[in-house]
Amino acid sequence: MNYGLIIEWLIKGLVLVFILLGGFAYLTLYERKALARIQVRIGPNRAGPWGILQPIADAIKLIFKEELMPAQADKLIFFLAPVVTLVPALVITAVVPWGPTLTVFGHTLTLYIADINVGVLYIMSVASIAVYGIVLAGWSSNNKYSMMGGLRSSAQMVSYEIALGLAFVSAILLAGTMRMVDIVEAQKTTWFVLLQPVGTAIFLIATLAEVNRAPFDMPEAEQELTAGYHVEYSGMKFALIFMAEYDKMIAISAIGATLFFGGYRGPFVDQFPWLGPIYIFLKIVVLLFGMIWVRATFPRIRYDRLMAFGWKVLLPLSLAVVFITAVGIILAQQVNALLIWLIPAASLLAGFVAIAMMYRTLRRKEYARA
Amino acid sequence: MRVLEPLVGLIKGLWTTLSSMFEKPVTIQYPEQKRPVRPRFRGRHVLKRYENGLEKCIGCALCAAACPADAIFVESAENTDEERYSPGDRYANTYEINMLRCIFCGFCEDACPTEAIVLGDNYELSFTDRRQAIYPKEMLLEPTASTNMLTPQKTAPSVFTRSVPEMKDPTD
Repeated sequence: MNYGLIIEWLIKGLVLVFILLGGFAYLTLYERKALARIQVRIGPNRAGPWGILQPIADAIKLIFKEELMPAQADKLIFFLAPVVTLVPALVITAVVPWGPTLTVFGHTLTLYIADINVGVLYIMSVASIAVYGIVLAGWSSNNKYSMMGGLRSSAQMVSYEIALGLAFVSAILLAGTMRMVDIVEAQKTTWFVLLQPVGTAIFLIATLAEVNRAPFDMPEAEQELTAGYHVEYSGMKFALIFMAEYDKMIAISAIGATLFFGGYRGPFVDQFPWLGPIYIFLKIVVLLFGMIWVRATFPRIRYDRLMAFGWKVLLPLSLAVVFITAVGIILAQQVNALLIWLIPAASLLAGFVAIAMMYRTLRRKEYARA
Repeated sequence: MRVLEPLVGLIKGLWTTLSSMFEKPVTIQYPEQKRPVRPRFRGRHVLKRYENGLEKCIGCALCAAACPADAIFVESAENTDEERYSPGDRYANTYEINMLRCIFCGFCEDACPTEAIVLGDNYELSFTDRRQAIYPKEMLLEPTASTNMLTPQKTAPSVFTRSVPEMKDPTD
């Protein structure tokens, strides 16, 4: 047994968890600032210079808040639910490679915690555990609003997980492996977003639903459900749920960056391996900005439309994308390597057909109403 | 391409929000920067004085009668030439406004025969105790330019006999 290796894993795991916790704190500030700028405001700027101490102030406030537990709540599950939501959000990032292998003082250091050969499968399975926490939080509160939020969340996550999984499949097919490190290395020449733009779009849309972000934030629709599944939570328990949500955003952005946007790859990363973490950080920041931007722009869509969009548009489209990717790869291998560019062309066409169908349906609905 | 309308709509929306990011923020940093109030703004009441420092209020309590929220309490007393607070016979020796009741309608302003009570431009009316919500006369009275203009004043006899001053050319 190599004790040095265990200590290295422990240190890497702790560092990753601390980065995620700090990242959560500053993601809230980043979101508030970005939303404020979009709304032509300034945003938090009182706590410290440019408001950089705002997350600390928020944390202190949440720690000192009273923790309430509803009298009729299922005490144990109510207590466990935030933990069940938070842990998958933290654990999911274990397989994300944050950079290429570094050599520090003659010691090779890999910038990932686990190199599983089914990394993508691991992500899918762990991501789906998070929904248990939300459903249990909604159910154990013994409150009709939180119950509704939990139910909506589970229905939504189950529906969009299929499209999300199929979007993963297109990246897996292109890379020919499920190992995250190899997926990143396969994007050495071309990022998969260029080869599979529609798959990337499906991924980005489905992740919004997966992390319950606007415009798919039905589980916590403020206007209808007051806050959805975490109505009854307060103090640090609420902070844990909040943290889980934002850490899921970070994790899913990291996964998106890894699968479709070249992960830690970027110019000069082979010469200077320490550029890798910087590149993936920048990519995560850009993807997070996308999430915030979408939240600032689009209104929440109606629940039946949400389900219809997931099942009737995203699912067939993602199936078509997987099919196109598979056929394109076979053609590229058997006939000509340049035929790989049939994949983006054909999938863009498929995306166009999907939009055209949506347009037709919407038009028909308009006529039916008139 | 009308078929692409669903997508174009989304992109237009995204462009609108992105372009608004680069506009100058409209935020006013409140406690440091204050926006001047409008001329007709109805803020905290001020009890006005004449140029010589005498109070305009004559304690007639018409404001209290006009007040729909019953926020004003006035008690009047007699002026003397030795101790003169306001022109005329009487002055308000107690003048209290309950800021928790006041609805800032400005009826007191309209009812006042001497234009003594005016709704000013102060809107920072926070207090930590219900008792502090009752603003006494000392808080409402306009400050004087110098200390020798403070009321009560010793005035020459039979000068300030009229409680409402004579107006040369009254317009309203």
